[in-house]
Amino acid sequence: MILSEVATHGLDLFFLVPWVVFFPVIGLLINMIFGGRMSEKAIGTLASTASGLTFVIATLLALSLRTHPEGATVFLAKWIQIGTLNLQWAFRVDTLSVTMMMVVGGVGTLIHIYAIGYMHEDVRNKNDIGRYRRFFVFFNLFIAAMMILVSSDNYLMLFVGWEGVGLCSYLLIGFWYDKDLLGRDSIENAVAGKKAFIANRIGDFGFLIASFLMFWTFKSVEFGKVFEMAGQIASENPGMILAITLFMLLGVTGKSAQIPLFVWLPDAMAGPTPVSALIHAATMVTAGVYLVARSAPLYMQAPMAQTAVTLVGAITALFAATIAVGQYDIKKVLAYSTISQLGFMVAAVGMGAFVAGMFHLVMHAFFKALLFLSAGSVILGIERGHHHLPHAEHDEDDEEEIFDPGDMRNMGGLRKRMPITFWVYLIGAIALAGIPPFAGFFSKDEILAEATGLNKTAYILLVIAAFFTAFYIARQIWMVFFGKARHEATAHAEESPPVITVPLIILAFLAMVGGLLNFPGVHTFTKWLEHTYNVFHVHIHAGEFNPTVAITSTVLALIAVYLAWLLYGRNPLKKEEPDPLRKILGPVFVGMNHKWWVDELYWAIILNPYIALSRFFAETVDWTFWHDWFHEKVIAGSYQWLSHVLLSQIIDLGFIDAIANGLGSITKKSASVLRKIQTGYVRNYALSIFLGVVLIIGYLIIK
Amino acid sequence: MIPTTYYIVLSALLFTIGALGVLIRRNAIIIFMAIELMLNAANLAFVAFTRMYGIIDGQVFVFFVMTVAAAEVAVGLALIVAIFRTKHNIDIDQLNNLKG
Repeated sequence: MILSEVATHGLDLFFLVPWVVFFPVIGLLINMIFGGRMSEKAIGTLASTASGLTFVIATLLALSLRTHPEGATVFLAKWIQIGTLNLQWAFRVDTLSVTMMMVVGGVGTLIHIYAIGYMHEDVRNKNDIGRYRRFFVFFNLFIAAMMILVSSDNYLMLFVGWEGVGLCSYLLIGFWYDKDLLGRDSIENAVAGKKAFIANRIGDFGFLIASFLMFWTFKSVEFGKVFEMAGQIASENPGMILAITLFMLLGVTGKSAQIPLFVWLPDAMAGPTPVSALIHAATMVTAGVYLVARSAPLYMQAPMAQTAVTLVGAITALFAATIAVGQYDIKKVLAYSTISQLGFMVAAVGMGAFVAGMFHLVMHAFFKALLFLSAGSVILGIERGHHHLPHAEHDEDDEEEIFDPGDMRNMGGLRKRMPITFWVYLIGAIALAGIPPFAGFFSKDEILAEATGLNKTAYILLVIAAFFTAFYIARQIWMVFFGKARHEATAHAEESPPVITVPLIILAFLAMVGGLLNFPGVHTFTKWLEHTYNVFHVHIHAGEFNPTVAITSTVLALIAVYLAWLLYGRNPLKKEEPDPLRKILGPVFVGMNHKWWVDELYWAIILNPYIALSRFFAETVDWTFWHDWFHEKVIAGSYQWLSHVLLSQIIDLGFIDAIANGLGSITKKSASVLRKIQTGYVRNYALSIFLGVVLIIGYLIIK
Repeated sequence: MIPTTYYIVLSALLFTIGALGVLIRRNAIIIFMAIELMLNAANLAFVAFTRMYGIIDGQVFVFFVMTVAAAEVAVGLALIVAIFRTKHNIDIDQLNNLKG
């Protein structure tokens, strides 16, 4: 019966959509309440199941969309009703949001499973079940917030998710808030979390302003209404659309780590590796891309904003790619790579190639999560090797040599020690480098092909960025997996257990075949997303496969890989040897290594002046002027004058006291006169009585 | 019959003597006697006028005055005895503790 209905009407399970939020919330609640009495495995399994169920729901929604491509809006609750503002807690199910849900649910679940093993092995995890539980509570919370973000049907609910993922990012970057990488007491992770939070806050401010302006102009923040009216408002008030989209761009630069707010993402690597993979590579940082893709009808009305978004993305892509070349930390390379790849996506959605941007977002989620998780596996393997070293070696000289398991200069030759990790890493690297036929090639190529027609400047920047991408990832592969171990710990590294490698293998598979999703000529993904964009008359066209572009970028990638081989593969780096690129590029390499001094620049032009300004306000304005002068002198002084001189001296002492004292002294003086009458001799009194009587009687007689 | 004026004059003389006695003498007993003299001067005036007008009211008053005088003597002598016990004399000029 049910099956026959499905056959005739197709699957319609849109009403299930709130469960993408409910499942992780239920998971985290159970872990919060009962987690203390559960084992590590149970906690991790529960959290992974909750995340996995969201993926199941997302899949069911996707299947429903196949037969009902128009999607649905699922109302859950009334939320805010103030005046004309009428907001609902409603979920928007369309091909765009379900794509994001599947990425978040799918990649999220794999990373959850990976984290069960990773967090157990983390050197800092000393069987602290409370911490372990907290990690998965935060992880589930993140999934819930991210699902709210992608499934909302208005900008304010999106903002709730937007802030929620920001909060989880902060909590998880600073997860080891009291310990550094090696388990020593340190607050550097907490500082990194704070930096991420503050940088995001600046972006969120832009997002909020955009929402306010939107409500002001459109009288609504619901996607449907706003997009319907976009064309009309654009012709009446083009400046407003521009302002909204540009403020939104500020939000995008914060969340998706674009210039100028990208500085938090490299520091965010302080979080545990699964966090870097899930939040800072695969999902949260793509929220900005999703926001632009979602707001396509608005951006289509503001070509200037589109150009701005495109250029921000393209410049970021190139800028971050150059920095990645000069990094030594395995995760830092990937962090800058993520910024660079996000730049690709932002540039794509900025120039109107929404499908290409989203396609790259999905592919990037696969291969960058894979790369991060593999990097985590490498770090764990080296930590295991470090653990097995004879203790005498690293017990006494702890002070001299601080061993960093993430430093690529300590690695080398891991190909043989960790074969599974090597192969999956290699697949991720090829996908990232954009070498066919792996996932990254198709998505990146679609962006480049679109750019040739839409924005030539962006095309040139992105091609150079793609060249650097292939170079830095090849450099990393050679430094980490080839040559000879440059540290004892690396020489003793051990392969990770299946709980870690199985998710890696699944992701590697996805990174290999993901390109089929939008294979040139078939364009499944384009047709899939068209349903969403057609509703608002945003025309998207299937990205034409451009052989020139494809060949150019492939050849460039291969040249980059060859160059990397010349420098790092042919003569593997020796222990303590400086980077060969340093000799060739000289100061340029130093610049890359120091991230082009952007952090220092921000310190010099923003933070230090800001701190000086706050100092000035605190010490001079508040303390010297306001406290010392205004409060002490003006207010307290005049009050003192009023109370002391006027009220006390003149009114109280001079007037009120004078009356009282005068009465006293008059009494005293008259008493000193009158007391003389009081002789104490009875006959004197008797005499006065007689005289009185005589007087009275005399008066009576005379009268 | 002796005219009433004579009695009144005598009464006035007696009263004056009594008043002067109270004012001048320092012995408490003498002052007491002087007070009695003034009271009896008043009594004399009362009975003189009673006889002149032929009514009885004045004589009734005299009895009251004598009763009061008796009571007064009782209290006064008790006071004088008490004063004597503390001061060992009855000179009223010594009793000037209330001097201002």
